[in-house]
Amino acid sequence: MSWAGPEDFYLSTSLASYLDRKLLVLLRDGRKLLGILRSFDQFANAVLEGACERVIVGDLYCDISLGLYVIRGENVVLIGELDLEMEELPPHMTRVSEAEIKRTFKDIKVYGAEAQKVEREATDLKGSMRKRMEFLDMD
Amino acid sequence: MLFFSYFKDLVGREVTVELKNDLAIRGTLHSVDQYLNIKLENTRVVDQDKFPHMLSVRNCFIRGSVVRYVQLPPDGVDIDLLHDATRREARGG
Repeated sequence: MSWAGPEDFYLSTSLASYLDRKLLVLLRDGRKLLGILRSFDQFANAVLEGACERVIVGDLYCDISLGLYVIRGENVVLIGELDLEMEELPPHMTRVSEAEIKRTFKDIKVYGAEAQKVEREATDLKGSMRKRMEFLDMD
Repeated sequence: MLFFSYFKDLVGREVTVELKNDLAIRGTLHSVDQYLNIKLENTRVVDQDKFPHMLSVRNCFIRGSVVRYVQLPPDGVDIDLLHDATRREARGG
C-alpha cells in the first residue's frame, strides 16, 4: 500500500477511501471480521472499531462482539466495502445465539471427523480390493 | 516493477482474482500498487453460494501476498510487448 506519488494520484490502492466505513475483513485463518475502519498503514495493519466476528455454520450465523481491534496486516486476505443498500447475507440464513452456533459447530466438527474416518476407510478398502484384483490378473 | 507497470496498463479491465484461500473474485481492476495489492470494483464472487458473507461486498482491497492468480481477458495481453519488457528487465537487473 503506497502513499500516492504524483503520477499515481488517480491510481492509489490506499485504504484511505475506506476510512470510517463499515468493512468486512477476511483473515488468513478464515475468520470474518466486521467493523469500522479507523486506521491503517502501508502493511495493511488496520484498526477496526466496533468489531465483531461473523461465525457462519451452514445456514446459521452469529455475530460475536469484539470491540476495538488492531489487526496485523500479514493476516489480512481481503478488505471489502459493504454496500449498505444490500443485504449482507442471503435471506435463507438465520441468526442464532453464540451458544447455539458453538454447539452446532462442535456437532459438525465431530461429524466432520467421523466423515473423514469413513472416507479414509473407503479409500483403504478400494486400495486393498485393487491389489487383490491385480494379483488375480497376474497369471 | 514490471508487473506493477503491466497491471497499471490493465486498470479498467475485467479480471478474476483467485486467492490462496480458493476464493475467486471477478471485478474491474481499479488500482494496483508496488506490492501488487489490488483494488477491485463492481465485484462478484465466482462461487457465491460458498461465500455468503461476500454478498454485499461490491468493492474490495486485496492484499498482494494472498493472490494466487490474476485471470485476464485473452486480449488483455500483448505477448510481444511483455516479452520485450521482460528481456529489458532481465538485461537491466
